[in-house]
Amino acid sequence: MPAQTLFDKIWNTHVVREKAGEPALIYIDLHLIHEVTSPQAFEGLALSRRKVRRTDRTFATLDHNVPTTDRSLPITDKDSKLQIEMLRKNCKEFGVPLFDLGDIQQGIVHVIGPELGLTQPGMTIVCGDSHTATHGALGALAFGIGTSEVEHVLATQCLWQEKPKSMEVRIESKLGRGVGAKDLILGIIGRITTDGGTGHVIEYRGPVIEALSMEERMTVCNMSIEGGARAGMVAPDQKTVEYLRGRRYVPEGAEFDKLAARWLEFATDAGAKFDRSVVFQGSEFAPQVTWGTNPGMVTEVSGTVPDPSSLADATQRRAAELALEYMALRPGTPIEDIKLDRVFIGSCTNGRLSDLQAAAMIVKGRKVASAVHALVVPGSQLVKQQAEEIGLDRVFKEAGFEWRESGCSMCLGMNPDILKPGERCASTSNRNFEGRQGKGGRTHLVSPVMAAAAAVAGHFVDVREWA
Amino acid sequence: MAMHPFKNFTGIVAPLDRPNVDTDQIIPKQFLKAVVRSGLAAGLFYDWRNQADSQFVLTQPRFEKATILVARANFGCGSSREHAVWALADFGFKAVIAPSFADIFHNNCYKNGILPITLKPEETDAIFEAIKSNEDYRLTVDLPAQKVSDNNGWSAHFEIDQFAKKCLIEGLDDIALTLAHEESITAYEKNHPLTYRT
Repeated sequence: MPAQTLFDKIWNTHVVREKAGEPALIYIDLHLIHEVTSPQAFEGLALSRRKVRRTDRTFATLDHNVPTTDRSLPITDKDSKLQIEMLRKNCKEFGVPLFDLGDIQQGIVHVIGPELGLTQPGMTIVCGDSHTATHGALGALAFGIGTSEVEHVLATQCLWQEKPKSMEVRIESKLGRGVGAKDLILGIIGRITTDGGTGHVIEYRGPVIEALSMEERMTVCNMSIEGGARAGMVAPDQKTVEYLRGRRYVPEGAEFDKLAARWLEFATDAGAKFDRSVVFQGSEFAPQVTWGTNPGMVTEVSGTVPDPSSLADATQRRAAELALEYMALRPGTPIEDIKLDRVFIGSCTNGRLSDLQAAAMIVKGRKVASAVHALVVPGSQLVKQQAEEIGLDRVFKEAGFEWRESGCSMCLGMNPDILKPGERCASTSNRNFEGRQGKGGRTHLVSPVMAAAAAVAGHFVDVREWA
Repeated sequence: MAMHPFKNFTGIVAPLDRPNVDTDQIIPKQFLKAVVRSGLAAGLFYDWRNQADSQFVLTQPRFEKATILVARANFGCGSSREHAVWALADFGFKAVIAPSFADIFHNNCYKNGILPITLKPEETDAIFEAIKSNEDYRLTVDLPAQKVSDNNGWSAHFEIDQFAKKCLIEGLDDIALTLAHEESITAYEKNHPLTYRT
């Protein structure tokens, strides 16, 4: 048997049917649903009088629209209320389990999958959301789909797919002190650009990746889509096995041991070939801050806002000029001089317990700057509960942060947590597109520790000098 | 979802001269609260259309009836929201031409009978130039021949996956196609039990 990659192994074990000249029909092990991309899919099923084929492989949650304030109160936005009620109605009618508001299992879809043990190595996982790539951190093939494909998976539990190409992103050496997973992935995107991975599934490899915790691996895989890749993955290892042991939906005892042994077999074989390979030295990454209106417009915190006139390509130059105009930034401005109005710690990228712990260590004993309004939004109710058990909520509240309920919140401002026009925000989320966090809002993407330090200082600081 | 067969057509071409146009720009988040696929034209490029000093291309009268959009590299990047394609379709676009597309957006186009046409950068450059010098620039899209052409002798060939082409031309319903393989799906499921604790 020739050497196979993790991606090859998952692909080959999920083909239901293939024929030359046609896409393959692949089976989907886990289908995650949320309220924004599912209404039209369920409607399509109802109109064609079809059922959900596998309600035991379909799980829904409410995350994009939900308020992060008191959820016993009625939802004020009538469109949000409608979508939430539609998902409740659809799940009831079609027999799909729903982690509703008030459930301890509710949270951002890409946070709850792994923490409940729904996400497992060797699986194919889809969801109507591009950050589905997150689940690849557990050695799964996980990618985002549109609503029509959501309907297709509901009806058939399968998807027609052309096999993407494979790309190895290997990180050698070691990350420096104060440099984390978020800096790593932002730095990678800055280097490969926002369409560097298009048409490919990325596998992250090398000693730096192996040394990352499971939650750090999720941060890296989460933003694969921002580099153009459909999916990003890390091979399962003993860390993956220990992470999953004892989780709610994971089998126990002898069954677990058998499963774990199978999971480990999915890891990439020695000598397996990738269609493309890039190698970076972990030691060359510094804390990152985006300056522009896509995640590839990024630089080191010790750097400056770039000068568009230094760009050779006319289209890129114009894009940079438009970005600086939108972001109200001048070329040559040191990143550390950029002052902030808001800070958001949360999202499917950095809303997990270890993210909150790292941020809490920075703010403990310090205060949020008077000009800054800062929020922490735990990625799930379980994360919130675990954080409160170790007193993180008190640390954040004493420092002057608001401590909220779980949801996507300010990542994309579909609920009331949005920026006012012109407000500048340091955010641990994954997109800094124009208007992403609110019309006219200015987003800078950073790691949790960088966001925490910026909240205290009122402007960006090199967190390595604070550690 | 029922699809209509794709018919060859000739239409006005509107230019969107920016690279990396993300789906947040194509359709901002407030329009994702829709529970139906229709009526999203109101949200198409909403923020760019509604800037105070905007002379955004789609608000210009000459492009009101455009049915082809020509754009730059990496069109449709970012969020997987299929609403981006629904909004383009609701406005009246039947094809989008670009030197490259983001994967998910490209796929979503096929699911809705919108033809994504990938041309070489110099070919899209030529279209942008032609629009500047010709008030009523139109292109004819011929899917079976895989060709776009104008009435001035210019044309370009495009590649397309043959299965996707067939589905577009015949207006095939994906789900019905799949359920024809019911036996294979059931056989697969028998050999791959659920790995969840119940």
